[in-house]
Amino acid sequence: MDDVLWLSRLQFAFTIAFHYIYPPLSIGLGVALVILEGLWLKTRNPLYHQLARFWTKVFALTFAMGVATGIVMEFEFGTNWATYSRYVGDVFGSALAAEGIFAFFLESGFLAVLLFGWDRVGPKTHFFATCMVALGAHFSAIWIVVANSWQQTPAGYHIVGEGLHARAEITDFWAMVFNPSSMDRLIHTLGGAWLAGATLVASVGAYYVLRNRHLPFARASVKLGIALGLGVALLQLATGHHSAQIVAQHQPAKLAAFEGLYDTRTHAPLALLGWVDEKNENFRFNVEIPGLLSWLIHGDVAKPVTGLRDFKPADRPPVNFVFQTYHAMIAVGTGLIALLGLGAFYWWRGTLFDRRWYLWLVVLAVLGPQIANQAGWWSAEVGRQPWIVYGLLRTADGLSAVVRAETVLTSLVLFTLVYALLFALFVYLLNDKIHHGPDDADLTPTGKHALPARQP
Amino acid sequence: MPDLNTIWFILVGVLFTGYAILDGFDLGVGALHLFARSDEERRVFLNAIGPVWDGNEVWLVTGGGALFAAFPRVYATAFSGFYLAFMLLLVALIFRAVAIEFRSKQPMRWWRRMWDVAFAGGSVASAFLIGVTMGNIAWGVPLDARGEFAGTFLGLLRPYPLLLGVTTVALFAMHGAIYLVMKTEGELHDRVRRWINPTIIAFILCYVVFTLATLLYVPHITAAIKQEPWFFGVVVLAVLAIANIPRAVTHGWDFQAFLSSCAAMACLMALFGLGMYPHLLFSHPQPEYSLTIYNAASSQKTLGIMLTIALLGLPIVLAYTVSIYWIFRGKVKLDRMSY
Repeated sequence: MDDVLWLSRLQFAFTIAFHYIYPPLSIGLGVALVILEGLWLKTRNPLYHQLARFWTKVFALTFAMGVATGIVMEFEFGTNWATYSRYVGDVFGSALAAEGIFAFFLESGFLAVLLFGWDRVGPKTHFFATCMVALGAHFSAIWIVVANSWQQTPAGYHIVGEGLHARAEITDFWAMVFNPSSMDRLIHTLGGAWLAGATLVASVGAYYVLRNRHLPFARASVKLGIALGLGVALLQLATGHHSAQIVAQHQPAKLAAFEGLYDTRTHAPLALLGWVDEKNENFRFNVEIPGLLSWLIHGDVAKPVTGLRDFKPADRPPVNFVFQTYHAMIAVGTGLIALLGLGAFYWWRGTLFDRRWYLWLVVLAVLGPQIANQAGWWSAEVGRQPWIVYGLLRTADGLSAVVRAETVLTSLVLFTLVYALLFALFVYLLNDKIHHGPDDADLTPTGKHALPARQP
Repeated sequence: MPDLNTIWFILVGVLFTGYAILDGFDLGVGALHLFARSDEERRVFLNAIGPVWDGNEVWLVTGGGALFAAFPRVYATAFSGFYLAFMLLLVALIFRAVAIEFRSKQPMRWWRRMWDVAFAGGSVASAFLIGVTMGNIAWGVPLDARGEFAGTFLGLLRPYPLLLGVTTVALFAMHGAIYLVMKTEGELHDRVRRWINPTIIAFILCYVVFTLATLLYVPHITAAIKQEPWFFGVVVLAVLAIANIPRAVTHGWDFQAFLSSCAAMACLMALFGLGMYPHLLFSHPQPEYSLTIYNAASSQKTLGIMLTIALLGLPIVLAYTVSIYWIFRGKVKLDRMSY
């Protein structure tokens, strides 16, 4: 049974981590597209038309990958986690059904107009379609994060039945939707997605500036990326802080793992670095700021923070993994704020495009949100262990009773091969699109987007 | 007024019927893709479904979500029981999806050939596996007292489900050919028209054998259907709809032919639903362990909330789906945005 548990967890982690590369890009690029197309409609500057057209093509690629890998997730709840599905179906189901009805139909329907409708509908209708696609992408984030947050901080339910037949049933739909962690986690997740989109736009722009190609296009991309990215990165500080307070309140074992804190204590320090030795339950090579953790959580250094020793070993998450991924997320996030803040300063000074070393850093910055998103998600989900629904159902008890280890291994190998191929193709095609660059033909919009002829 | 469980049986059925009708022609186009002669013809095929296939697949995703939400025990048992079959279905759907997106991105012959095969193979495999799954649901699968699947992967590959798999491929190919007739012009149009009759004949042959097999070997479906007096009405409608297809094609009423094909598929799904009701997953050989719309459902409260969500959402979805099909009506014209 242990093998099935590990293989199923590994498969779910692998398939969702791979999936989670793409939706944040789609959500972030969706926002960028709305901004660019709005600017095009408002200013009638063909540069914005060219920008919108180019980023639409990249959007199409990330969207297709998101759709192809997303349907896997919906199947896996049933294939690998059947007991969990029976347990949560009544609560979880409404959120998933709402996601299908309100989000997926919206984004995939209007996607047709966004991608293929440039010459078929008027500019305003097209802009409307772009907004609907972006809205749909955000809706899908809402419902999936709500469902996931319910697993972290269940609310609005009661338990019916016993033993194998126990399941959670909904008592209050809105309490389920607005469970204690859902709104903070939602905004934090969306912020990560916007950052992923913003840095991609900035990164490609910086690359063109360095190569001395498509300069007006490239400079506009860098500026859009830095402006959007810096705003969001600062927002992430606030939402992240608030999220951590909710974790401290509702999932104290997870917060203790985030910080590698074993003893419940007042004046709890905030760890900046370190390595948790889980066997001997101590914390090595640590760099800490005394009292800061207590202060961040309670606003008072004299208040206590719960440590891991207050929990039975069987109820603790893997500490070091959660500590390291959580701190990787924070480190990358802080680095992005510094980098984008510096960019804003150079922009203000008018020297943004003179520093090649800085532009190279911006090219690399596209990896930052990807690393932070993945690391943050891992710390959130591994930090929830050993529970699949926090405090109610253990991960080991959520498995499919009839699925054997060999079967899971087969599908895991299959997914590994297929996804390796898909990833290679994705990188190849993305690289190809970037090298091909924006079409100069898009500087003279045609059809219903054509500019009115100038009066002589 | 039917109870909430029955309403959700119908709604899940509507979602899967929507999927069969809409993605049915996408998968059918995929099955016919390799019969196109030139790169340009293949591009016409791909762009015929290009703007809409993704939205069509959402009907499957939402149908699956609705099944999870309304009947979690069925979702859990079926998905864990059909594990390998569903993994293969996923791989087929993934390759179908990315083939459409990737094919046009490079001009090399081998590149396009590779994605042509992935597109056609993924489409045929998806259609076949969907049919096999439905065949197993109709025939019944071994369930134990806990409602867990007690069979094996190979046990799912009996003749009856395999036959429904082949029938589904034929049905989708027919539906896809009719759709392509609407979307093509000139020489290609005439050639695609000539594909319709063979696909109809193939489908009818498969379906007749399948129906005989159902009457002979699946007594619970036959018994359930006999209790429904309007069952014969649905059969007559299905026959009329299919018979109307060659007539409409001959007269050049392509859209009417397509609507007839859609109506026929809706009738066939309705027959399937009538045969199953109130069961969702037959237990065979121990029928007392069957999962029904009552013993497998979510609470009345959840079914009620979801009904509100569906009533709010579905009219909006239908409205913009229709407008999007309207925007992309007419023959395929290749331009630089095309696949």
